[in-house]
Amino acid sequence: MCFVQNTRGLRSQLKDSVPVTGLCPQAGPYGVQDSLRRGFSSVKNELLPSHPLELSEKNFQLNQDKMNFNTLRNIQGLHAPLKLQMEYRAARQIQRLPFLPSSNLALDTLRGTDDTIGFEDILNDPVLSEVMGDPHIMTEYKLGVL
Amino acid sequence: MATVSVCQYHRGGFSFENCKRNALLEADINKLGFSSPAARKTGTTICGVVYKDGVVLGADTRATEGMVVADKNCSKIHYISPNVYCCGAGTAADTEMTTQIISSNLELHSLSTGRLPRVATANRMLKQMLFRYQGYIGAALVLGGVDCTGPHLYSIYPHGSTDKLPYVTMGSGSLAAMAVFEDRYRPNMEEEEAKRLVRDAIAAGIFNDLGSGSNIDLCVITKGKVDYLRPHDVANKKGVREDKIYGRPVTGNYRYKHGTTGVLAKTVTPLNLEVVEENVQTMDTS
Repeated sequence: MCFVQNTRGLRSQLKDSVPVTGLCPQAGPYGVQDSLRRGFSSVKNELLPSHPLELSEKNFQLNQDKMNFNTLRNIQGLHAPLKLQMEYRAARQIQRLPFLPSSNLALDTLRGTDDTIGFEDILNDPVLSEVMGDPHIMTEYKLGVL
Repeated sequence: MATVSVCQYHRGGFSFENCKRNALLEADINKLGFSSPAARKTGTTICGVVYKDGVVLGADTRATEGMVVADKNCSKIHYISPNVYCCGAGTAADTEMTTQIISSNLELHSLSTGRLPRVATANRMLKQMLFRYQGYIGAALVLGGVDCTGPHLYSIYPHGSTDKLPYVTMGSGSLAAMAVFEDRYRPNMEEEEAKRLVRDAIAAGIFNDLGSGSNIDLCVITKGKVDYLRPHDVANKKGVREDKIYGRPVTGNYRYKHGTTGVLAKTVTPLNLEVVEENVQTMDTS
């Protein structure tokens, strides 16, 4: 949770629509529901979120970043968000194997969330999760073989 | 293999997985005529007032769970930073966690700036967090403190709106407390007068609202000093069981006095016993 939020940047976002990701039907490589890998589909489950906050929480960090980059572009010109996004991309690639937890230190420092505590640090901490992802499946998914 | 979540790394924060299942369970339970358990609320009276040198915050100490009192002496004035305290009304868990998170964030922020935190910073952090969750975090707060710019008092609603005022009340007993404030508040009061005013406002909430009760807690914040008076006033005293003869409190002594039953006759028969066999068995205490 970033404690300094860009609330005035919202006005610059009015024209663009925020993409609704994650709730679209899980299209497989051939455009239809991939029952083997994603499980059975149900129209009711796909169309509506199970909680009004689900969508906004899923996209919260993305929207914040978008707004901050927009404000930065308006203040300092196009070069500033471009440089920062390049650094974000580089920091996002510093990961361990797909099933192992990564501290994301560089990314946190860039975002400014390294000295804030939010619900993502307290609730459902992935470090304390009882189950681990299957290493083979996760690496295959990351390499695109799955 | 049938779920997407298997392929991506698990993220922290709120998980909405069980919402649909809960909604279904709730519908089923309601159909049978029962009701699901209610969250513990602090149907409350909290208030604050700005006086000459600082801020006085007051709260009652009852926590309810539906129609039952869950905690007779809970603490509703939470610590945010050495110069900022916050009273919380609404769902008890929400106010606790929210104030703890903001307290941690404010501490980190003050370490990074090297200055004493301001009340306005805490206010902004709280309102941005509560707005992000659109009122689903049921925490209504009264935030008060003294910083380098003077004494400040804010009231923060669960949906994220805030008001900066000289006197505020929140909770189910807020109307009773506000009535007392509206009658007797005046700017630049002395400390004793301000404490009496807050005490009377909370007492009005305690006696006129079912959701508030027990004791009155006060917190007096001035520049460089905080007085956390818990309890400042025991408005609802519980009775004490007393023993009639001795006059001191005894918990349930049901013995009859000597001489209750009259003695008609008395015979004493000594039994002559002799020791036949003595057997000592030591305990194994190794």
